[in-house]
Amino acid sequence: MKTGLQKFTEKFVEGLLFISGSITSLAVILIVLFLFKEGWGLFNETPVEKGSVIALNKSNPVQQLSAAQVKNIFDRKITNWSEVGGNNDSILIFSVNDITNFYSEAELGDSLQFVPQRISELMGKKSGIIAFLPTEYLAKNFEGRILPLKKITLKGFLKGKEWFPTAQPAAQLGILPLILGTLWVSLFAILIALPFGLATAIYIAEIADNRVGKILKPVIELLAGIPSVVYGFFGLIVIVPLVQRTFNLPVGETGLSGALVLAIMALPTIITISEDAIRNTPRAMKEASLALGATHWQTIYKVIIPYSISGISAATILGIGRAMGETMAVLMVTGNAAIIPHSILEPMRTIPATIAAELGESAHGGLHYKALFALGCVLFVMTLVINLTVDLISARKKYSK
Amino acid sequence: MAKDYVKKPKVMAKEVNLYYGDFHALKGITLSMEENHVVALIGPSGCGKSTFLRCFNRMNDLIPNTKVTGLVMVDGKDINDRGMNVDQLRKNIGMVFQKPNPFPKSIFENVAYGLRVNGVSDAKFIAERVERSLVQSALWEEVKDKLKKSAFELSGGQQQRLCIARALAIEPSIVLMDEPASALDPISTAKIEELIYELKSQYTIIIVTHNMQQAGRVSDKTAFFYMGELIEYDDTKIIFTNPKNTRTQNYVTGRFG
Amino acid sequence: MNPDPAKIHRRKQLSQRLVFALFTLMSAAIVLVLVVILGFIVVRGLPAINWGFLTKMPENGMTEGGIFPAIVGTFCLVLGSMIFAFPIGIMSGIYVNEYTNDGPVKRFMKTMTNNLAGIPSIVFGLFGMALFVNGLHFGDSILAGSLTLGLLVLPVVIRTTEESLKAIDNSFRIGSYALGATKLQTIRRVVLPMALPNIITGLILSIGRISGETAPILFTVAAYFLPKLPHSIFDQVMALPYHLYVISTSGTNIASSRKMAYGTALVLVLIVLALNLLANALRRYFGKKVKMN
Ligand SMILES: Nc1ncnc2c1ncn2[C@@H]1O[C@H](COP(=O)(O)OP(=O)(O)OP(=O)(O)O)[C@@H](O)[C@H]1O
Ligand SMILES: [Mg+2]
Repeated sequence: MKTGLQKFTEKFVEGLLFISGSITSLAVILIVLFLFKEGWGLFNETPVEKGSVIALNKSNPVQQLSAAQVKNIFDRKITNWSEVGGNNDSILIFSVNDITNFYSEAELGDSLQFVPQRISELMGKKSGIIAFLPTEYLAKNFEGRILPLKKITLKGFLKGKEWFPTAQPAAQLGILPLILGTLWVSLFAILIALPFGLATAIYIAEIADNRVGKILKPVIELLAGIPSVVYGFFGLIVIVPLVQRTFNLPVGETGLSGALVLAIMALPTIITISEDAIRNTPRAMKEASLALGATHWQTIYKVIIPYSISGISAATILGIGRAMGETMAVLMVTGNAAIIPHSILEPMRTIPATIAAELGESAHGGLHYKALFALGCVLFVMTLVINLTVDLISARKKYSK
Repeated sequence: MAKDYVKKPKVMAKEVNLYYGDFHALKGITLSMEENHVVALIGPSGCGKSTFLRCFNRMNDLIPNTKVTGLVMVDGKDINDRGMNVDQLRKNIGMVFQKPNPFPKSIFENVAYGLRVNGVSDAKFIAERVERSLVQSALWEEVKDKLKKSAFELSGGQQQRLCIARALAIEPSIVLMDEPASALDPISTAKIEELIYELKSQYTIIIVTHNMQQAGRVSDKTAFFYMGELIEYDDTKIIFTNPKNTRTQNYVTGRFG
Repeated sequence: MNPDPAKIHRRKQLSQRLVFALFTLMSAAIVLVLVVILGFIVVRGLPAINWGFLTKMPENGMTEGGIFPAIVGTFCLVLGSMIFAFPIGIMSGIYVNEYTNDGPVKRFMKTMTNNLAGIPSIVFGLFGMALFVNGLHFGDSILAGSLTLGLLVLPVVIRTTEESLKAIDNSFRIGSYALGATKLQTIRRVVLPMALPNIITGLILSIGRISGETAPILFTVAAYFLPKLPHSIFDQVMALPYHLYVISTSGTNIASSRKMAYGTALVLVLIVLALNLLANALRRYFGKKVKMN
């Protein structure tokens, strides 16, 4: 007795549900789109903020400089043009404020109206000069040569060793220290969490009697539920001083502090997924082992763990993924120094912490803003790789059963 | 002097009761068997055959809330005694399960497993024993070139023979088999039956089966279980030709069950 | 067999006992960690909490007064993201479990849900800022923050729904079809009511997740200091987790705002604790009811 209306309702609801079902796909696509749209713009720009230029004397044969070279020149680490492929001529650094060293106030005009002209003159005179100038100080017939900077490349972005996005005159956008910081902290966290997580998973699934297991479950659920900012707070007040005292460090905000906090936070993921995997081992396989005279422990490490290894690896990888993406706790305890780490006892800075700490200060649409979105893209790709790996592992597990 | 003529029972159960929680699964079972005999356990599904089988190597310990009373003796020892060395007991009693259940390891390591967990580390000894067990279980010719391959790559019948080889490798004196051929095709079944026949000279075997012909072919004695009780236990010939109990008769002639 | 069986047996038993003892200790260590964290926050936070703390505006550079606007803000955000994520998530879960067969469509949807769940929360923050705050010109607002948070919990809601529906035996559906019910009727009258207890339990736990997230609201709604209540969904608000972050790391006077920080942390923990207890109580309650039927 299906009426037309009823049929229509059925179809209508199904359509509605389908739309809802598609929303995650849509969300993922939108996230990718927006992230890459904002981030990709970075690679069409030079590391000098809009509105400023770097200029040389016309006779200077240097055709291009990288952001790192510019920084080294302005930091006076490079003092001769021959070091960057030019003539043997010492480098003279010039910025607008230095103009009074070369010209008297009278020459600059009483309302400084001659400044652009004088700068231009100076640029023509000094062969070794390099100037960082706002574009409004460029005279019409500028006698210097505006130096095109190398565009930011993906390779340079990923491999650059310095992250100093607000540096003048050229932003240093190398995220290698951030990538390494992220990896160090999260891998260390898993290294700490894995033995405990696995031991607990085995304990709950195999050793503990039901009553104890019933106590542990909510404990783990609660551990998973505590907000990361609370972990960060706890880390800041308890773990950071502890690490500082134990290792006698100048500061306690180190990679290790972050790793410890992350380890606690990664535990629930590792425990629940490994426990599931362990419980999924067929009873027959366990019994076969015991029937051969193996002890329970021998059965666990010779049969149950090998059987559930794909689930355990999935748990581990997921744990790493969680740790890599964790923001607040890490931001609060790792010290956030953007340097390439040499030891876990140094301050470190991770990608998410960088985004969280800096996005608020970056101008919308500016170089820094785009760089942070590009950083978000890198983080996204890293976690995507992790998720796909986990999917692959679980798919293979199903296949082998 | 006269005692010497009466063979000591290899395995003996006396007044065995087993409870799964409140459920009374075995009701006062008494049964004994001699060395190098094959005993078949038959009876309708759920009557307690597997449960009884698992009493001999204390497999029921693994199930929570299980209670056993009565006496189970293996080689003259009370196996439920508190001082009993359970993994030692299990080492001396091989077990083959209904479904083949190889470990996620290579063929070789599956067979070597029992030796390794029992502290054998001599590689040459292990290799010899693995080969011998595989020969005994009539699998050697089929797998000798792929010992390093995963055991999961074998067919169901091969896997089951592998599980038998695995059980034999630690030289048990008793082998428990719970419907070892029920998941197999007729050819594999025939192979396994043949195998049981050959093993008889060296082992004491208890086998659960739903297949009357199989019970008739391989066993010396047969026990008929019904609803947790042992109804009748006698020479196989008698059980199948001239049972004393009508329920047994009905069952073996296929009138119920 | 060559080695001495008794010796081997002793060795086997000994190693088992040692390892199991170690595992027990390691599990106990995890419980201890939780106890220490909770104990620490409760002991230090309890003295900070009183009626004024919960109902007053922050004062004196957030070193005194209360956290009322942050509580209200978090409440608004939780409500907003529930309104957005719960219906869509439940419908999506129903679609995936009831309307798709095992095939590419289902696989694709599940993979996408997994991927969304795996995206770090800070990336949601970036996205929310790019789309809601700047793209759609919502500005820093409850709306932008709720949508961002909603997106973040969406996969949790979907999975909870899916798991709960999957747990219902197919015979119930078939039984309903056999009585001439349509698919929609079956879902509405039979499947959903049976799955509802589990769905609700899962959703309660997800509220804890929403109320504690910081990274997604950093750039979409959270205000550093805003001692007034919101009037519309286009207002900025303070929020508990962000407030805790701010006063424990960058307040005007970190030392003197410690007490406030402990109190805020305790409030956050209490919210999560209460939700967990509620979920567990429901689980037990429904568990009994199901058995009785
Ligand atoms: N772990 C258990 N918990 C509770 N009851 C059980 C358990 N295992 C078996 N039983 C019950 O004990 C009785 C005997 O079971 P058992 O497995 O021994 O039967 P069986 O004779 O081997 O049957 P089948 O021929 O089907 O294998 C059955 O009624 C079964 O439901
Ligand atoms: Mg059985």
